[in-house]
Amino acid sequence: MITKRIIPCLDVRDGRVVKGVNFRGLADVNSPVALAKYYSECGADELVFYDITASSEGRALFTDILRDVASTIFIPLTVGGGINTLEDFDRVLKCGADKVSVNSGAIKNPSLIDEAAKRYGDQCVVISADVKRVDGVFRVYAKGGRENTGKEAISWIKECVERGAGEVVLNSIDTDGVKAGFDLEMLSAVCAAVNVPVVASGGAGSAEDFVELFKTIPSVSAGLAASIFHFGEVTIPSLKRELADNGISVRL
Amino acid sequence: MVAIIDYGVGNLFSLRSSFAAIGVEAVVTSDAEMLRKADRLILPGVGAFGDAAAKLRATGLDKVLIDEAKKGKAVMGICLGMQLLFEKSLEYGEHEGLGLIKGEVRAISEVIPRELPIPQIGWNALRFKENKHPIFKYINEGDCVYFVHSYYGANCDESVIADTEYGAHLTAAVASGRVCGCQFHPEKSGKVGLAILKAFCEL
Repeated sequence: MITKRIIPCLDVRDGRVVKGVNFRGLADVNSPVALAKYYSECGADELVFYDITASSEGRALFTDILRDVASTIFIPLTVGGGINTLEDFDRVLKCGADKVSVNSGAIKNPSLIDEAAKRYGDQCVVISADVKRVDGVFRVYAKGGRENTGKEAISWIKECVERGAGEVVLNSIDTDGVKAGFDLEMLSAVCAAVNVPVVASGGAGSAEDFVELFKTIPSVSAGLAASIFHFGEVTIPSLKRELADNGISVRL
Repeated sequence: MVAIIDYGVGNLFSLRSSFAAIGVEAVVTSDAEMLRKADRLILPGVGAFGDAAAKLRATGLDKVLIDEAKKGKAVMGICLGMQLLFEKSLEYGEHEGLGLIKGEVRAISEVIPRELPIPQIGWNALRFKENKHPIFKYINEGDCVYFVHSYYGANCDESVIADTEYGAHLTAAVASGRVCGCQFHPEKSGKVGLAILKAFCEL
C-alpha cells in the first residue's frame, strides 16, 4: 500500500536556509545540504526547497546549493519560488530537482503549465495554490499570499490539473501559522474535485494534526510543514511512529 | 564502468550522482562506442513513451542497446526506461518498444479503483516473487521505493520480479536474463535505492 508522505519545506534565500533550525548536533543550521541530509536521515519522504531570493545572484546560489543537495541525498526534491518560464523549469531540473512547483507564475500565464507538462511530463509539474476564504468563497492568492486574484480556488485548481499539473499543494492561508490543524474543509473540497495527488499544507502544530488529516481525508497523499519540523516541536521519526500506531501507512 | 544512455530524455543528474555515492564510475553518454565498451547500461527516461521511443530511435542507440543486451550485457531500464524495454505501449496510441521484455505497457487507470489518485506518486512497498532476484540481495521484502507513474508493465508475468500494491498489484520490477527494469526510481529511493543499484553493479 502506498505510504503517506511527510514533507519538510525549507525556505532558501541567497543560498542559505532562512529561519535557522533548532537542532542540537547540527553544526551549521542554515546549510541547505546539512539540513537536507538531516531530514533525509530522519525519514523525510521528500523535500521542498522554496527559493525566496529576489536577485539573480541569489538565484545562481540557489541552483548551486540545489546541485549540492541533489548529489548528497537521494530522495525526491521539489523546487518552487520564482518559477515563471520554461527556462526556470530547465534551470532547476538540470540541477537535480524532480518536481517544480508553480504558483504566481501560473496565475500570470496559465499556459506555462501546459507547456511544462508537455516538455517534462505531468509528474514534474506541481501546482501550488495559496487559498483563503473571502465571504465564504475559497479565493486564490498570489505573490506569497499578499494579493487576492479573485479566482475561485476549486475551479482554478481543476483548470491547472486539466492543463497537466500532476500534483497539487494546497496551502490554506486561513490555517497557516495558527498551528491548530490542517484546513480539513478546504482540503476535502479540493480532493473531491481532482484525481491527482493532493499535498496538505498550512496549520500543522502537532503529530495529532497529521493523524487527524490522514484519518479524516484518506485521499490526501502527503502533509507538508516547515516550522514545526525546523524548531523540533515535532520530529519526523516520532511523527511517523504516531501515524503508524494509528493505522496510517508510512515508510518507517 | 556504467554508461547512462543520454538520448535527451529526463534528468540524469541524480542518477549519475547516485553511482558516485556507491563508488561506481558512471558516464552519461550518447556515444555508441562508449555503450559498447561499458560493462553495464542504464536506460533512463521520464515523460511520454512515444516521444522517448522516437528520440531513442533517432539517435540509433536503440540498436546498440538491443545488440549489447543480446550479447549478455547487464541493462537496467528505469521508470519510462523500463517501459521502453517492453514490446509495445498503449500510451496515447500504440508505440513499439525495444522488445527485450515480453509484454506491454498499459494505463494504471484500467486496473486501479477510481478513487485512487493518478499518477501514483510516492513511496510504496516491494513484494518479491518466489525467487528473490539478485538486484534485491541487499534489501528486504516490504522495503519502500519511490514511484511516479501512470502506466505499468502488463501481461509480463514471466518477467516480473517484484510488484507493489496500489489498488491492484502493479509491476514494480522485471528481469529477463541480465536485462532488468524498475518502474520506481532507485536514484530517488534513499538507501534502499542505492542498495539496488549496487547489486545491479554486481550482476
